[in-house]
Amino acid sequence: MDNVIRRRTVGARIGRAMLYAVLLLAALFYLLPLAVMLITSVKPLAEISPGTLLSLPREPTLAPWAKAWGEACTGMRCEGVGGYFFNSIAIVAPAVAISTVIGALNGYALTKWRFRGSELLFALMLFGCFIPFQVVLLPMAQTLGWLGLSSSRAGLILVHVVFGIAFTTLFFRNFFVAVPTELVSAAKLDGAGFFRIFWRILLPVSTPIIVVSVIWQFTQIWNDFLFGVAFSAHDTQPVTVALNNLVNTSTGVREYNVDMAAAMIAALPTLLVYVLAGKYFVRGLTAGSVKG
Amino acid sequence: MAALEINNVCKIFGSEQVLRDVSLAIDSGEFLILVGPSGCGKSTLMNAIAGLEPVTSGEIRIAGEEVTWQTPAERDIAMVFQSYALYPSMTVRQNISFGLEMRKVPRAEREAAVERVADLLQISHLLDRKPSQLSGGQRQRVAMGRALAREPKIYLFDEPLSNLDAKLRVDMRTEIKKLHQRLGTTIVYVTHDQIEAMTLADCIAVMRDGRILQLGTPDEVYNDPVDIFVAGFMGSPSMNFIVAILEGGAGDYRLRIATPEEEDLVLPWPAVRETPDMAGQVGREVILGLRPEHIGEEDARLGDRNEGTRITARISVVEPTGADILLQLPLGQGEVTARVGPRCRVLAGERLALRVDMGRAVLFDSETERRLA
Repeated sequence: MDNVIRRRTVGARIGRAMLYAVLLLAALFYLLPLAVMLITSVKPLAEISPGTLLSLPREPTLAPWAKAWGEACTGMRCEGVGGYFFNSIAIVAPAVAISTVIGALNGYALTKWRFRGSELLFALMLFGCFIPFQVVLLPMAQTLGWLGLSSSRAGLILVHVVFGIAFTTLFFRNFFVAVPTELVSAAKLDGAGFFRIFWRILLPVSTPIIVVSVIWQFTQIWNDFLFGVAFSAHDTQPVTVALNNLVNTSTGVREYNVDMAAAMIAALPTLLVYVLAGKYFVRGLTAGSVKG
Repeated sequence: MAALEINNVCKIFGSEQVLRDVSLAIDSGEFLILVGPSGCGKSTLMNAIAGLEPVTSGEIRIAGEEVTWQTPAERDIAMVFQSYALYPSMTVRQNISFGLEMRKVPRAEREAAVERVADLLQISHLLDRKPSQLSGGQRQRVAMGRALAREPKIYLFDEPLSNLDAKLRVDMRTEIKKLHQRLGTTIVYVTHDQIEAMTLADCIAVMRDGRILQLGTPDEVYNDPVDIFVAGFMGSPSMNFIVAILEGGAGDYRLRIATPEEEDLVLPWPAVRETPDMAGQVGREVILGLRPEHIGEEDARLGDRNEGTRITARISVVEPTGADILLQLPLGQGEVTARVGPRCRVLAGERLALRVDMGRAVLFDSETERRLA
């Protein structure tokens, strides 16, 4: 298993067993919060206050999920997080698509159509990966105001696209650098132009890195709270902001089961994306390193 | 009219001069080989012909038309790359027809062209495979097929055989030669392998440091090299260079070779091969160039009727290659290689009588390394 040839003594077996035990414990420890959330979200409120956190629900119910989706109060309104969930989708889908497309074109131009200063330009773009979000809040608000996009979905999409380009460019640039430039030369001689070469030659071999870019951007934008809370109006808020409002609305009894259900709803899409495409994510990150 | 004409082309990368005043011209149907060590500028020159890299100055003409500032697509050329550069996501059929598709050739004509080159290169059974499912030799054929499908004005081959194993390389070399003879295409071919250059070319350009040192037929380049570099680059094993003192005078030039612990060897220079340049070098050091095949064993049955000048030497290494035997022997300050027939029964350490064929020897200036005679 570990590629070392050695005699399997009793001591070695015991050591291995202990190793697995420790790893299993660590895995359980990390899964615990998720388990608590799931369990709590399907318990009636009556079971939560007296019971311990980990006890299984005696009368499992989906009512907290329904309430979180459609009725729970987020601030002044009591319409649940469902509407905001779709807000998030309406922001995330175009932002992911646009930033991925631009990143792919950038990476292609920076590797296959080099120009004077293209390396410098790439280095400067990389700075974008390290700029803290807080720094740009005020200038960005100003800019959105000038563009007439304040508090709109389009404004949030623009913000996420601008921030995402640094990462998507990095992904695609590093992927395309490993694609032989002779392919592009051959296509040029065959008579294909800039976009044709991109579309017919490079894009068909880019699936792994497209998946990486989509997962990364989806997770980042879906989970974003700061831009969401800063640049949205009430009816354009993403689900993360709604979740915060729901949890912080302090009227009556605190409904932990509804809070947990809402949190699960807000977290599920990113989990789902990773479960569906996770193996491509790992493959894409290591692509190029083993390419023959 | 010249199929390809290159006039005074220079190329500068930063502070480095990659091509220095390169000029050449080839006729339609000619097979030109650019040969030289790595970094000599041969690939840059090829990329300049292809239009993949701009030149700094000078002019390139294809079929009489100036193309110096045209894009690769406008030049109507096809190229076979060292890595083959097959489009990984396309089948062999799509790879071959892509160039035609880009040039808006109707589908029926494209299919006919694919069939034609597939027949020619015997790859019909591979047409629906992806490049990743092909062996190295098959990929090579597909790369050639892609170039042949378009019937361009000039074909460029950039070290097309260097990724093949030794046996396949020799087979493909013959095949390329056959194709050229059959199709009469104009080909510019880059290689660092001087055997490929000798076997394939109508015309060889030997390059070094961005310059063309010699442009000539394989026979000229091999037997009549302009300087020590060309002489040493062409031929395997390479030419022996022996330091000698030029003595005598017109009609009676001799080369005195000082050999440690032995009597000086004096080789007469054949009068018919004298040149005026030699007069100025009398009494000075010159470099004698002798190819291994110019030092052969003496045939005992012929006795004095053996050609060439007789020498004897203690053989230090015997290397049979099968077809013939290479011998290492001390001559002058160093060792030289001689090529003798496969039946020569000499052992390392023995003395052997050999004949030096001065009729094909060449002489170089020891300072400028240029050819004297």
